[in-house]
Amino acid sequence: MKSEAANDKRAVTPDSGAEASLATYVPDPRRYDELLDENGALRAHWRPLIERLTANKAHDTARRALELTRRLIVENGVAYNVYTDPQGADRPWALDPLPLVLSQDEWREIEKGVVQRARVLDALLVDLYGPQRLLAEGLVPPELPFGHPNFLWPCHGLVPRGASWLHIYAADLARAPNGGWWVLADRTQSPSGAGYALENRDIVEQVLPETIRDLGVRRVRDFFSEMRERLRSLSDEEANPLVVILTPGPFNETYFEHAYMARQLGLPLVEGHDLTVRNEIVYLKTLGGLKRVHTILRRLDDDYCDPVELRGASTLGVPGLISAIRAHNVVITNALGTGVLESAAWLGFLPGVAERLLGESLQLPSVATWWCGEKPALDYVLANLDRLVVKPTYPNQQFEPVFGSDIKGDDREALIRRLQARPYAYVAQEHVALSQAPVWRSNGTPSFAARAFTIRVYAIATQTGFRVLPGGLARVASENAVDVVSTQRGGGSKDIWVLSRGEDEPAVAATRRLQVSMRPDELPSRLVENLFWLGRYTVRCADNARLLRSTVRVRVDRGVWIHAVRICRALGVIAKDLQPPASLRDDRDPYGIAADVKRIAWCASQVRGHLSARYWRAVVGLQRQLQEAAASRQEPREALERIALSLAALSGYAAEDMTHDEGWRLLRIGRRLERLQFIAGLLAQHLVAASATRQGQVEWLLDVCHSISIYRSRYFVAPRLGSALDLLVRDVHHPVALAFQCSSIARDLAELAASLKISGDPGLEATIPEFTDSELLTLEGEGDEARASRETLAARLRALHVAAAKLSDRLSMRHFSHTGDSQSVWT
Amino acid sequence: MRYSIHHKTAYEYASDVLHAHHILHLVPRPAPFQQCLEHTISVEPATFRRRDEIDAFGNALTRIEFELPHRRLEVATQMEVEVHPRPRVFAAHSMPWERICADLAYHGGWPTRENLQACRFRHESPYVRVKQELTDYAAECFPAGRPILECADALMVKLYREMKYAKGETTVRTPLLEVLKKRRGVCQDFAHLMIGCLRSRGLAARYVSGYLRAGPTRSAESGASLTIGSGASHAWVAVYTPPFGWLEFDPTNDVRVGTDHIAVAWGRDFGDVSPLHGVLLGGAIHELSVSVTVEPITQ
Repeated sequence: MKSEAANDKRAVTPDSGAEASLATYVPDPRRYDELLDENGALRAHWRPLIERLTANKAHDTARRALELTRRLIVENGVAYNVYTDPQGADRPWALDPLPLVLSQDEWREIEKGVVQRARVLDALLVDLYGPQRLLAEGLVPPELPFGHPNFLWPCHGLVPRGASWLHIYAADLARAPNGGWWVLADRTQSPSGAGYALENRDIVEQVLPETIRDLGVRRVRDFFSEMRERLRSLSDEEANPLVVILTPGPFNETYFEHAYMARQLGLPLVEGHDLTVRNEIVYLKTLGGLKRVHTILRRLDDDYCDPVELRGASTLGVPGLISAIRAHNVVITNALGTGVLESAAWLGFLPGVAERLLGESLQLPSVATWWCGEKPALDYVLANLDRLVVKPTYPNQQFEPVFGSDIKGDDREALIRRLQARPYAYVAQEHVALSQAPVWRSNGTPSFAARAFTIRVYAIATQTGFRVLPGGLARVASENAVDVVSTQRGGGSKDIWVLSRGEDEPAVAATRRLQVSMRPDELPSRLVENLFWLGRYTVRCADNARLLRSTVRVRVDRGVWIHAVRICRALGVIAKDLQPPASLRDDRDPYGIAADVKRIAWCASQVRGHLSARYWRAVVGLQRQLQEAAASRQEPREALERIALSLAALSGYAAEDMTHDEGWRLLRIGRRLERLQFIAGLLAQHLVAASATRQGQVEWLLDVCHSISIYRSRYFVAPRLGSALDLLVRDVHHPVALAFQCSSIARDLAELAASLKISGDPGLEATIPEFTDSELLTLEGEGDEARASRETLAARLRALHVAAAKLSDRLSMRHFSHTGDSQSVWT
Repeated sequence: MRYSIHHKTAYEYASDVLHAHHILHLVPRPAPFQQCLEHTISVEPATFRRRDEIDAFGNALTRIEFELPHRRLEVATQMEVEVHPRPRVFAAHSMPWERICADLAYHGGWPTRENLQACRFRHESPYVRVKQELTDYAAECFPAGRPILECADALMVKLYREMKYAKGETTVRTPLLEVLKKRRGVCQDFAHLMIGCLRSRGLAARYVSGYLRAGPTRSAESGASLTIGSGASHAWVAVYTPPFGWLEFDPTNDVRVGTDHIAVAWGRDFGDVSPLHGVLLGGAIHELSVSVTVEPITQ
């Protein structure tokens, strides 16, 4: 950033530098060029940006910007899941840090057009789900709503609370060769991408901090506070309405965005089974019991939202949701059924709709579109196929858009037959030559290159009408597919800079509260349950890995080896007939390392929104380590060592990166309970073995407990059972010791009760065995009396083990038990 | 004709159902040719919430919700329904099928009320996909210019002949094209297939759920007495046949519907009108038993 600051002090140099850097930028005469006018000169609103970026060592500026962007994307864990990715992996988000610049005047026009369009579409929804006047008057074809899978009959006649259907709207716009903007598509269901737009701005603000400030770029963050206020204001509950974001879950392609929005807006991110409808009221199943939900921002498709009335087999939705909406006990944004407008077929009818419903003429034109359901349109389309793109009318059709000019021979005949057989199911659009804007090309020496793009513009309903996000998401076509812009097919994105001419931003409402965090009792039970088990499995896996590692290490010492293997088998870490390394390979063994790693990965995927990027990366790395260890027949000791190390990193990240909220507290309780059970079980097994007092065996025990060095520094004697027990049982300060676990658990339970304002759990029903120093001496002695005292201690440790299991069950019953999957039945 | 009908549905669950929402389509809807004179629904367990509504297609709908754990659910209905004979119609007087398609398709003007209503039942719906295979399968029943009623009769006969009634081989989730391939299924599948063949050509057809009286009437084609579908709830098809409006066909038994069929509800397909649909939390696996008796009341 230093050099950029230095550049700022320079007088702005004439065009020479800028023009030299633009040598690689080639406008396309068939397209509008954002950067250069017809004479090849920089357009005025781009000039300040380009001059800054090229004033000095343009290559370095670009290279630094690209590197920083890449790093920030990785650090922030910005990802886009692609369902069909063969690896099933996340793909990092692609952002070109060079923004798309739009002038204030131009933006005004877009803004007005988008606001009007949102009003038209809302009015259209009111009519379609109400009187259907437009259908009766023949202004829109019945084929459009009635054939659309997202026209939801159970919502017909339903008036949502507030009588508004569209709360959040997005339009995809493209610039025509003549410089005007066209609407390509309307997003009315649950428009995605606004979170990515915010994330893009966050990153670009770090990459070009001075530039963004000096150019007077309009802020986008206020839009999200407004969105939050809007969501909160939709219900009667004034004091503290509960607003949640409903996601289909971590397997959805835009899950990152759902989690990001949830964090930015300070709202709980929930899945369908986190919610329940009782007596037409929606509740969130939380740590503190059922909490009434007032508003739902959904990222789940219309027809999946309620398995009782919509798709009966959907497990993603909330049974009974529609009844709660109908009773006005909950508001869902956007209203269910708004997806019916997501079809290119509507575009041609919107001018008539605007005229009829609002008495206005539509300001933003749509790209020229022919719905083939009308005979003249079909005839035109068949006669002009070569200049058109054919698309499906309905989103559930198995038909990919095709360019008429690309399709020849038999395929063309087949396409024509399809169109003739069911004309209403197809739409043809003019093939738009998208406008071009500069990107920083990153391969080789960074330089400017021209790429086609579209923009997505967002609007939200407020008390005073729709308000447009001053910015948005520019989506850039990949180099080879010039007119296909699709994030799913590997295009990139850009931040949009709307310049203000020094005017003041509209004052932000005083009622707005930033930085709100979730109330502790609003944490979804499922989330907390998964955090609890994530804590347990991480410790279980780490303990087992250390147990096996220490055991493999003593292979040469026959006596200790027999003792150690027997205990491994007694604890179930390896099956009766197997050797220690088997645990790494076979995930069918329910208690093995491989099985534990699988469980960790599952729990982590369920709470991904609460984990830091590096935590998630470490989980992915852990799975990879295990696969490698299993495949390469690596020295098991080394593999175990590395796994133990990765698990230690996970614990570190959990402590360092996570918000220390109630969920985290339960994760920690999970960890402590697991460790308590492990140590108690291990010691009990050790104590009843005949060789319990032998030095080698005790040393092995201390090694399993990761306590060799602390033992040495504390006791100055060779490993002895009495001293080892002193350390591992009653030392409150040693993080492996039983006393440490018990006091930590008691403290966490008390704090949990206090913060949830509930009666505290009585805690463990067994206590840490107490013993005097002379009793310790007895324990490490020989003979019947010593053996009996060891048996007694083992019994007490087993009781402690049982008490930990009971406490775990009690916590599950109390905090998690409302969750589970539902099933559908029919007759 | 007057009937007394009992319909009992019972679920036995392997473990507790902790919470459940059900919707029931069990009350015979009003229609020009029938009247429900009396109706009661009784539900076990008795502690539940109930709400009665009319759905978007004009059917009576009952919602029930259980908040207490239960291992068994029993829904029993008892009703008395009067069914009137329908007017005789002459197939040759019905409109040629292509003209109906053309009338139902959008052309900018004000559609008639009847046609606009019919458009609701002209498209793909969750259980009835519209496919070229279905158009091809039924092609022989739709020669050019043939009156719709003759087409529908021919299609019904074709399904009756070519499909085998077989219980337990399909479920509600079996895709229509698979049913077509197997040529086997129950009354739901017969009805869905017939609807699919009609809609694939741009005609309107609805799914009717109801009851069938076993006994006297004989199939025109086979001479067999109507039995298939009695003893359980039944399903058939209504076809939009201007100028006669909606006429009903039972492809499972190869008859036009008369006084032996008692309609309960109609919609786009099974999903809109299934007699009892529920979403349960818990319950694990379940066992279902259904019994239906339809008895004529002699006056």
